[in-house]
Amino acid sequence: MIVEVVVKMLFIVLVMMGLFLPLITWVERKQAAIMQDRIGANRADIAGIRAIGLLHPAADVLKLLTKEDVVPRGANRVLHLLAPVISIVPAIVTLAVIPFGGRYRFGDTTLNLVVADIDWGMLYVLAVGSIATYGAVIAGWASNNNWSLLGSMRASSQMISYEVTMGLSIVGLFMVYGTLRLPEMAAAQDHTFRLLGFLELFGWVERLPGWLDWLRLPAWGIFLQPLGFILFLTCIMAENKRPPFDAPEGESEIIAGYHMEYSGMRFGLFYTAEFLEVPVIGALVATLFFGGWAIPWLSQETLVAGVTPAFGAGFATGLCLLLHVVSFLVKVVALVWLQMLIRWTLPRMRYDQVMDLCWKAILPLSLANVFVTGGLILLVERLR
Amino acid sequence: MAVPLEHVIALSGLLFAIGAAGALARRNLIVILMSIELMLNAVNLALVGFSRQWGDVAGQIFVLMVIVVAAAEVTVGLGIVIALFRNRETVDVEDASLLRW
Amino acid sequence: MSAAAVFFYAFAALAVAGGLGMVLNVRNTVAGAMSLVLTMVALGGVYVLLEAYLVGVLQILVYAGAIVVLFLFVVMLLNLRGEAFGPERQGFAKVLGVAVVAVLLAEFVWLLPGAFGAPATPPEGFGGYRAVGLALFTDWLLAFEVTSLLLLAAMVGAVVLAKRSIE
Repeated sequence: MIVEVVVKMLFIVLVMMGLFLPLITWVERKQAAIMQDRIGANRADIAGIRAIGLLHPAADVLKLLTKEDVVPRGANRVLHLLAPVISIVPAIVTLAVIPFGGRYRFGDTTLNLVVADIDWGMLYVLAVGSIATYGAVIAGWASNNNWSLLGSMRASSQMISYEVTMGLSIVGLFMVYGTLRLPEMAAAQDHTFRLLGFLELFGWVERLPGWLDWLRLPAWGIFLQPLGFILFLTCIMAENKRPPFDAPEGESEIIAGYHMEYSGMRFGLFYTAEFLEVPVIGALVATLFFGGWAIPWLSQETLVAGVTPAFGAGFATGLCLLLHVVSFLVKVVALVWLQMLIRWTLPRMRYDQVMDLCWKAILPLSLANVFVTGGLILLVERLR
Repeated sequence: MAVPLEHVIALSGLLFAIGAAGALARRNLIVILMSIELMLNAVNLALVGFSRQWGDVAGQIFVLMVIVVAAAEVTVGLGIVIALFRNRETVDVEDASLLRW
Repeated sequence: MSAAAVFFYAFAALAVAGGLGMVLNVRNTVAGAMSLVLTMVALGGVYVLLEAYLVGVLQILVYAGAIVVLFLFVVMLLNLRGEAFGPERQGFAKVLGVAVVAVLLAEFVWLLPGAFGAPATPPEGFGGYRAVGLALFTDWLLAFEVTSLLLLAAMVGAVVLAKRSIE
């Protein structure tokens, strides 16, 4: 049991931190360059081999490791060190509840590809997200610097405001799938539903013609809760201070805000935390709204039933496992691409615009989403 | 239950004593408020312990109410601190004790 | 000792250490607030060990993640530095503190052991969000609605108190 948990932990941590993290810095530079019609960073080389800029992440790490760790005079040394540590822990720990595969039966053992299958998985994600606030709060205070304090106050008020709406915007999703457990939510999105089924449900049509039965959509969160998706994506990008919500680290206004007095590997930790959040957000949004590991229109039962006659049940389940993990990674990559797209398209929002958006737009919309979803669920239950 | 209930209550009592000592002995108004929070947490721990002991979920409902009340109290208390600071430039309770004997 | 008991004593030690760190820390209020966060998170862990899962995660989400941030806000807003305060209240408070702790210790050693019987087996899903949510919205609905009014009153009160002038 312990071995299983450790292997799963190693897998997801190595994939996320070892594979995605260096790639994210490269993707950020290259995607920005392609969007801005230029070449991007491609000078880092080892003995003349340039590899289209893929060595830049390694160069970044070497640079950060060899820089001097400066602690400003008058700063609280313990808190100064604590802040980046508090920042990075929630990013990694969130991965514990995200399923990167479903449940597979090999003979009499069941393999559940999630590190911790807790009953209240999504609440756990929200809770560790709220701890991340302290990284920003302490960083500004411990730097003994007015601009850092300003950035830190902006960051903390932004983060706690968007925490509230982050929770509210997915309440509709909890109501639809009836669970907080992320593996169960991903498994519930493995099915398809008829797109025009509501006609039959409301009694406007006696029975849908057979040829319309194949018009099905996968029961993904984005189709069942489109408004929830937009709100949640906005909230979680603002929570992690991704541009366009990066007023706290406004590079042109308050010179990196609460990051200012951090150099060397301490800044490396903040940097890693922010860039690790990108695939973690991708994984979370993929699990909630895009079916997680599920392949659209090809549920696990169909796949296993289709492959078993030719190759046997064990091989079928193994193939299913592989395809599901690949599907999950493809979705994470697509969502990372989407976040980078948003980052390099939208200009930075002014701080008061950020707070207005949260309290005056997203909060009422998410409450309305909850009401409408509740009403529709009751209606569908009544009509069934 | 992981440990016998006596140990949970002992921890709750100890935290309550620490919070009470802080509320009585400190002069900084914010630390006094934080000590009160610690006392409320000690009470929550006792409630959760008993809820598990008798298998009754009402204890946990009570804990939710206490958390809500604590949040409301902190909000208003810190509003008072800000108002006090604006008037007196201090959050030291010894400097704001005009109505005492 | 089972693994759960080891975790309980570890969390208990952390909670007491955090509490002491907050109360005894004269110089640095922010460090005191972070000690309080340590206590809150440790208590969240203890709640999970006592099978109160929803309460445990709400403890971290609300208490550690929002209430103590509010404390930190105010400390940072008012830019309070520890050196502003002189010697704390002497004498009487210390004697009282020692007396209270002595009474508690006596209580723990002589009165508590064996006072409670074995814990009852809790019903299915005890402490999970379903059981607590169901109880909250059926048996305790009035309390729930009243707390919403309480929060509204607190919000209005905080805004009024912290405003610069009443216009």
